[in-house]
Amino acid sequence: MAMHYKDFLRIDHMPHMWCPGCGIGIIVKAMLRAIQTVEWPINDIAVISGIGCTSRAPGYLDMNTLHTTHGRALTFATGIKLMRPDKHVVVISGDGDAAAIGGNHLVHSCRRNIDITLIIVNNNIYGMTGGQCSPTTPLGAKAATSPWGNADPPFDISSLCKGAGATYVARGHVGSGVQLERLIRGGLNHKGFAVIEVLSNCHTQFGRRNKLSDPIELINNIVAKTVNVRQAAKMSREELAGKYPVGLLHQDEEREEYYEAYKKVIQLAEAALKR
Amino acid sequence: MSDHFEARFAAVGGQGILLAGEILAVAAISFEGKYALDSPTYTAQVRGGPTKVDVIIDSERIQFPRTTAIDFMLCLAQRSWNQFAFDLKEDCIVLIDPSLVHEVDERYRIYRLPIIEITKKEMKKMVYTSAVSLGAMAGLTNVLNPESIRKALLQKAPPGTEEPNMKAFKLGLEAIKQLMASG
Amino acid sequence: MPQQQNNGRRVVFWPGNEVIPEAAIAAGCRFFAGYPITPSSEMAHIMSRRLPQVGGVFIQMEDEIAAMGALIGASLTGEKVMTATSGPGFSLKQENIGYASMIEVPCVVVNVMRGGPSTGLPTALGQSDIMQARWGTHGDRPVIALTPSYLDEAYMETIRAFNLAEKFRMPVFVLLDEVIGHLSEKIEIPDPSEYELVERPRPKVPPEQYIPYDSSESDIPPLADYFSGYRFHMTGLNHDKTGFPTTNPAICQAENERMMRKVDAHLSEIEKYEEYLTEDADVGVIAFGSTARAAMVAVNDARERGIKAGLLRPITLWPFPEEAARNLGKRSKGIVVPEANLGQLIYEVQRVAGCTGPVVGVNKVGGVPIYPGEILAKIEELA
Repeated sequence: MAMHYKDFLRIDHMPHMWCPGCGIGIIVKAMLRAIQTVEWPINDIAVISGIGCTSRAPGYLDMNTLHTTHGRALTFATGIKLMRPDKHVVVISGDGDAAAIGGNHLVHSCRRNIDITLIIVNNNIYGMTGGQCSPTTPLGAKAATSPWGNADPPFDISSLCKGAGATYVARGHVGSGVQLERLIRGGLNHKGFAVIEVLSNCHTQFGRRNKLSDPIELINNIVAKTVNVRQAAKMSREELAGKYPVGLLHQDEEREEYYEAYKKVIQLAEAALKR
Repeated sequence: MSDHFEARFAAVGGQGILLAGEILAVAAISFEGKYALDSPTYTAQVRGGPTKVDVIIDSERIQFPRTTAIDFMLCLAQRSWNQFAFDLKEDCIVLIDPSLVHEVDERYRIYRLPIIEITKKEMKKMVYTSAVSLGAMAGLTNVLNPESIRKALLQKAPPGTEEPNMKAFKLGLEAIKQLMASG
Repeated sequence: MPQQQNNGRRVVFWPGNEVIPEAAIAAGCRFFAGYPITPSSEMAHIMSRRLPQVGGVFIQMEDEIAAMGALIGASLTGEKVMTATSGPGFSLKQENIGYASMIEVPCVVVNVMRGGPSTGLPTALGQSDIMQARWGTHGDRPVIALTPSYLDEAYMETIRAFNLAEKFRMPVFVLLDEVIGHLSEKIEIPDPSEYELVERPRPKVPPEQYIPYDSSESDIPPLADYFSGYRFHMTGLNHDKTGFPTTNPAICQAENERMMRKVDAHLSEIEKYEEYLTEDADVGVIAFGSTARAAMVAVNDARERGIKAGLLRPITLWPFPEEAARNLGKRSKGIVVPEANLGQLIYEVQRVAGCTGPVVGVNKVGGVPIYPGEILAKIEELA
C-alpha cells in the first residue's frame, strides 16, 4: 500500500518545531504507517497529548487533536473514549509527561485496561523545558538538574505498565522504524490498554550533556543497548544489565476491556429501572 | 410562626434515627401539606458514634435551616444527650429510654419510656426501635396528627416490613399514652 | 421518597446532594467523573446509580485532577458533563479548569464548600471558596458561579448552570455549602415544559470551512463535536482563531479579551439576585447560600424592631451583581456581609457598593452556621 503521509498531516503547519535529527519524526511516521494499515478513517481518530516536545505531535496530524495539560492526556482521552467507545483514541506522551507528572494516570489507565493506545517517547530527559532529569534518566547521567550526575534511579516504563495491568506492552526504538510500525500496529489492533515505549534520542538536551551530541551517534548508542525480546529470554540477569529488551513484551487478550465491563453495569442499571 | 416546630432525634449511629427524622418530615410534607426540612449531623462515616437529626416543621417556608429552639427531643444514648442537649426550649418535651440515658437536666419535661425493652420483647428485632420511638413521639406531641406519621412510616418502610412497622408504631403510641395517663 | 403530584409537579423530599445530580440529569448531563470527597460524595453515589440508567457514563477517577480531565474530554464529544467536589478537590482541579476556560469547552463543576485551608473541616459548613472560584486558576478568564440558597432554587440553578456552560462555552461553577448539600427539604420538581434546555453553538458551515475560534459573528464561536467530521486542534497555549498556538501579542490580547466579553457583554442574561425589602433599607445585608437564609430571618427581626433592613441575595456570585450592590450601597447607612469565612465577598462589596457608611462582616469559620441573631446584632449596630 502506497504511503502518502500528506493524507494524515497538516502540511500547512510544517515545518515542525522539533530539532533537526530528533527521533519524534521517525515515531510519528511509524505511527501514521500503522494507522494506514489498520485503515481507521481519520475522522474517527482522536490523538491526545500533554505537555513537552512529544506532545506537540498532534498539532501536525489531520485528526481530532487535543494538546492538554502536563501529564493529564490520559484523563482527557478516558473521557473521550467512554462517551465514544466505537471511536479510536491514541495518546502520545514523553517520559516526563507520562511517567512523572502523569504517573498516577498511567498506572490507573493500565489498571482499568481501557481501549486506548499510548505511545511513550522515552528520550530520558525533559527536552522542551531545558534538559532537566526525568524518571528515566539513567543513574549518573548529567542533566540540567543533575549537574553532578543523576542520583535518582530510573523507572523501567514497560515493566511498570505491565505490572500495573496494561494488556499490551511493547518496546521499540528509533533505530528501527519498521519494527516500530509493527509494534504500534499491534497496539492499535489490541482491544485494551496498549503501551508502546519508544527509546528515542534527544541529542540537544540529553546528548549534549552526556558526550553524545551527534544524533546518529546517540541513536547508535541507544540501538547498542537494545536486545531482541526473544534473545533476551535466553540471557542471564547479569548479561541483561543495562540492556533494553525490544519487541512485544506482553500481551493478554483475555482480560476484559474497561468499557466492555461497564456495559454490564449499564445492563444491570437498566434492568433495575425496569423492575 | 405559631406552628413552627423543632424536633431533635439523638442516638448513636446504626439505630435508624436518621430515617426516623426523614419520616417525620415526610409526614408533614406529604400528609399535612406543611413545609419541613431535616439536617442530619454529618461526620466521618463510622458506626456507633453519637448522631442526631434535626427536623423543622412549619406551615410557611422555613428560612433558617438550623434549630434554635427545640420543642421535642428524643434521646437514646447518654453520650448523645451529653453532646446534643442544647438549643432546647425551657418547656422542651424530652423522651428518653431510662436504660440508656441516666442523667438528664430535669428542668425539661422528661418522659421515660423503656423503648428498647418494648422493642426487644414485642418486636424481637431492634430495627423497629425507630418505629416504636416514632409512635411514642406521635403520642407525646401534637405537631402532627399521629395518623400522618403512621402513613409516612408505612410509605418509607422497606417492602415486607410494613406490618411489623405498623405494629411497632402502635406499641409506642399506646405505651406513651399509658405513661401519660399514669402521670 | 414521597411522590405526590402537585399541579403536575412531583413533590419530593431530597437532600441538596441529591437535588443537584437529579437536576443535572434533567438538564441532559450524561457524563460524571469524580473522586470521593466530603461533603460532596453523595452526588457521585447518585450519579453512579443513575447515569447508566439514562444512557450516560459515570467514572470514579484516580484523583481530582483526572476527574476534571475526563470531564473536558467527554464534553468534547458533544455531551453535557458534570463533576462535584469540595475545597481541596476544587484546588486540585484548578489547572484543568483553566484549560477548559482556555479551549472554551462547556462543563459544570459543583463545589460543596467546607472549612479550610487544607483539609480544614471536611464535614462542616464553610463558604471558603468564593475567591478561589473567581481567581483560583492562573491567568484571566471569565467566571460564572451560582450559589443557590434553597433546594428548589438549586434544582433550577443547576439546569441554568448547564445552559450557561453550553451557551457561553465555558466552565460554570455551582457553589453550595455543606448546609445546603445535606439538608433535605420539600421541593416540587418542575415539569420539563417549564424550562428551556440550551445546546452549545455548533458549526453551520461544512467541515472544510470550519474555523474553531471564528468570532466574526459572535464572541462565542461554534464548537464542533469530536468525530463529527470536523477535524480541528485545541491547545491550552494561547492560540489564534484556527486553534493553533500563537505568540503574536495582538492576537493573544484580542483573544483573551474576547473570552472575557463572553460574560462581561452578557451580564443581564447571566446575573441573578433577589432583593428583599431593599427599597427603603437603611441597613443593607448582602449574603448568599445558606447564610442568606439566616440573613432573611435577621432582616425580618430587624424590621419587627423598627429597623429598616434589607437583603440583597446574589444568586450569581460571579459575575457579582454590581449594580444592585451599588444601589443598595447608595441608599444605606451601612452594609453587613455575613459569610462563613474570614472575609472574602466583603472585598467585592467594598469595591463596588460605594457605601459611605461602614461595610462590616459577620464571619465564622468554626463549622457552625451564622445565626440570625448574630447578623441582627450587626444590623442594630449600624442602624
